[in-house]
Amino acid sequence: MAVKRIFLDPSRCIGCRSCVTACRECDTHKGESMIYIDYVNRGNSVATSPTLCMHCEDPVAPCAQVCPAQAILISPDGVVHQADEARCIHCQNCVYACPFGVPKLDAEKEFMRKCNLCYDRTSVGKGPMCATVCPTQAIFYGTYEEWVLAGRGQQGAKPVNVFYFGQQRVRTRNYVVMTNEDEALDLMALAEAAIAGNESATPEPTAGQNATTWIGSAGIPQREAPASPWTPRTPEPVTPTKPAKPAGPATPSPAEPNLVPVP
Amino acid sequence: MSVDWHNFRPQGVETYDFHSGRPKETPWDSEEQIDRYVPTHCCYCGVQCGMYLKVAGDKVVGVEPREDFPVNHGMLCPKGATAYQTVNHPDRLTYPLMRRKGKNSPLERATWDEALDTIARRFREIQAQHGNDAVSIYSGSSMTNEKCYLMGKFARVAVGTRHTDYNGRLCMSSATGANERSLGIDRAANPITDMLHADVIFVVGANVGECFPIVTSWLWKARDRGCKLIVADPRQTPIARTADIYLPLRPGTDSALLNAMLNVVIREGLVDEEFIAARTNGWEETRSLALQYDPEQVAKICGLRADAIIEAARLYGRAKAAMIYTARGLEHQSKGVDNGVACANLALATGNFGHPGAGYMTLTGQGNGQGGREMGQKASQLPGERDIEDPEDRAYICSVWGIDENDLPHSGYPATLQIPAMLRQEIRACFMICSNPMVSLPDQHTVERALRGLDLFVVTDFFLSETAELADIVLPGSVWAEDEGTTTSLEGRVIKYNKAVEPPGEARRDWEIVCDLARRLGKGQYFPFSSVREIFDEMRLCTKGAKADYWGITYEKIDAQNGVFWPCPTPESVGTPRLYEERFGFPDGKARFNPIYYIPPAEEPDGEYPMVLTTGRVIYHYLSGNQTRRTPFLKEMAPYPWVEIHQETADRLGIRDNDWVQVRTRRGEMTAPALVVRSIRPDTIFIPYHYGHSQAANILTNPVLEPMMKIPEYKVCAAAIARTEQAPDWAAEVNPAVLAAALRKRHELPSASDSPRPTLR
Repeated sequence: MAVKRIFLDPSRCIGCRSCVTACRECDTHKGESMIYIDYVNRGNSVATSPTLCMHCEDPVAPCAQVCPAQAILISPDGVVHQADEARCIHCQNCVYACPFGVPKLDAEKEFMRKCNLCYDRTSVGKGPMCATVCPTQAIFYGTYEEWVLAGRGQQGAKPVNVFYFGQQRVRTRNYVVMTNEDEALDLMALAEAAIAGNESATPEPTAGQNATTWIGSAGIPQREAPASPWTPRTPEPVTPTKPAKPAGPATPSPAEPNLVPVP
Repeated sequence: MSVDWHNFRPQGVETYDFHSGRPKETPWDSEEQIDRYVPTHCCYCGVQCGMYLKVAGDKVVGVEPREDFPVNHGMLCPKGATAYQTVNHPDRLTYPLMRRKGKNSPLERATWDEALDTIARRFREIQAQHGNDAVSIYSGSSMTNEKCYLMGKFARVAVGTRHTDYNGRLCMSSATGANERSLGIDRAANPITDMLHADVIFVVGANVGECFPIVTSWLWKARDRGCKLIVADPRQTPIARTADIYLPLRPGTDSALLNAMLNVVIREGLVDEEFIAARTNGWEETRSLALQYDPEQVAKICGLRADAIIEAARLYGRAKAAMIYTARGLEHQSKGVDNGVACANLALATGNFGHPGAGYMTLTGQGNGQGGREMGQKASQLPGERDIEDPEDRAYICSVWGIDENDLPHSGYPATLQIPAMLRQEIRACFMICSNPMVSLPDQHTVERALRGLDLFVVTDFFLSETAELADIVLPGSVWAEDEGTTTSLEGRVIKYNKAVEPPGEARRDWEIVCDLARRLGKGQYFPFSSVREIFDEMRLCTKGAKADYWGITYEKIDAQNGVFWPCPTPESVGTPRLYEERFGFPDGKARFNPIYYIPPAEEPDGEYPMVLTTGRVIYHYLSGNQTRRTPFLKEMAPYPWVEIHQETADRLGIRDNDWVQVRTRRGEMTAPALVVRSIRPDTIFIPYHYGHSQAANILTNPVLEPMMKIPEYKVCAAAIARTEQAPDWAAEVNPAVLAAALRKRHELPSASDSPRPTLR
């Protein structure tokens, strides 16, 4: 049977954090989320991106490989689990080993926690919480074929599950959705470019592309805005003004036309 | 590198070392045994997503996605996923409260008898002295159709006042006006699924990603099929970020933009002459007026590049099927109705009605914003979108209710005009339910004065809202999970909430409170209801033969069909998902063009107030935040308001990210931290409005009203902004540790100064 995977598509993400709230609802870690949503650069745009465990396939689970206590187990279906509480010696080797920065040490409970692909749900055929609730399919759960059928591929998107960190290649169970031209993501190169170029690597903000300055009246047919029936606007907006004062006693006269009940 | 997989796999007891005896306890493991999963819908926005509530014993303990509801297929937004947390919330009101010794005495615990008898006695005293209309009813749309219906009947029959209205007046009433003027039926023209048939979707003034997150799913699926997206919004919203054409227009210039687009459509021969001739009236006037809106000129008004307007109009005009979605951005203006009509004009001129993927609709904000506006709680309306001044409609409703027509009051003040009526003591008492005007009405200082000046102010709510704090009597009501009843979603689909648990403590179901009060007012014979279903049955009888016809809808049909679209006039009918396929809602079956002149905002920027202030919502909060600000995760994510300002403007004014800034308008002033970004127009600032007291953005907003529907101009006013050293009073009340934690969150949330700078170990 084809393996069900998660497809992360930052271009569809609206930053709503539904996945975070849903992850917190899980019965095995209520109140804690194992998925993270970050603004890419809030100053520049509202773009956001989800991060969660990629469940590395080859090499299998670097976090598990470096674990001296064999606390991180992989189930036969390839899901990399969080540390077994009874075994974990909270050495944080996994935290350093993970190429994606996913495992987190829970200092209070003294063991490592991360996404286990909602094992209670996925092992019985349901989708993981985050992908089930995601309003935008930025987190899609299904087989590769199901992802293709959903149609995104026809608009020039392609999922990638190969990542380079310098010489090291990692192939993961989960995919990140890129464009047709991409075969793999070289994360180290991207990071180095960002550091070397600092802000210059930041793309121009797109928000203002079609904006120009506002020029008051431009000779199109206009009508007057209605006056406020509620508190008299003091002073009238057309004339330049005195400082604002807190709303004075409102005394709309009953004769004012706007006060007639709606027909 | 490859390794032997078997090293890392659990192989039963052989390798599993139980040396520590027992696994360490994990305090966050859930021990609850779930007794049942109650299928219901979310209590928040108009999408009304399906969900299951998990019930353990007599408590709602969680949520489970419900994948059989065809709108959300299990998807939920963060509000929906945490909605259940309001049910057992420690802030719930569990007994009635009263001020026994006047306005300055504290709210004290009271019995139901004491509270309800006092209300009945005082209402009758005030009415005897000042006339029946001295008591007003102010209700809401975030409650079931049955309750909305009951409030209208309670006002007219039990209290006998003309003045009944609801908070939908502040919500989408402009769209109601536009629908009534252009199309004849006040309902969304299409089901949401129609998005998948559209070639172009044009979203004007609707922050779909944050306010209707699940609708985004349909938008994205449409784009997967090649649909193009045009977005007009002064801020780069999440859907604007990747739109095919994004028009960052100046707030309050929507009707000019829409006229200019119609201008391009006409000049380039993209109008559907056949459709116009066969199915519409009044094209010539609209056409000749639109021809005067040259995109080059309009671009200056809107602060846009003219070629972007032309490109957008071409894209829209050439589509085989195109849809227009609007929301509060376009409706919250002193010309909100005109803006909606301008959208309808554009859609009518291009023949975009009555077939799959073509239409114009408003995305209703409140959970039951659609049902609430047709159940007869509005000032001018009887159930079923009937007109309270129409003799036939009056006679029919009186025959159902069993009252004399002379006893049925005529139309009264809309909600926004109740405030000035309170100030001049024409209204002296008010019964409020499901509303929080101390956050939601503009010009908060005036609203507060009006509400404090009432002789008797009664609020029914399940939390002590900012408004309930001012009340003389507070009645503890129920949340949606404690009652059953129907709502009508933004598509016009009637769905049903199911009861999961009983109200806590002495709290009672809202309809029981209202019926009890009606009995104490001596009108019990008109409110003999012993179940919600009885109210529903009377309600659908009232709508029989009306525009919003619910007659053929039953609870069983809703369950069987996963919702029923009204009109559903007969027991055999399955409902009407798409309107206007054959005829529009006017007697001649034709739609109407209305020429729309551009009207500038009531306040334009000037020397004293050089910026345009616009307000809006964030993903984490629902309306006045009375519920979501009490939900821990949502509170943590957006604990207080902020002021979004463009970096250019901020640099000019010496404002840095996270500085305290004071925003002033002619109504008042408020202080909040700045969020310096490049995703908003440089001439515009934005503040989320979900907060109360000194955090309320509505201290600043302009109460000027739209002439037809009386909706306030929340989305445009002139403002001044300056950096200040003085932290606001609300910051002093917050524990510094909490404030620091919130600032860290804000950094994670709307931090602007961060550039992507990964740390390499």
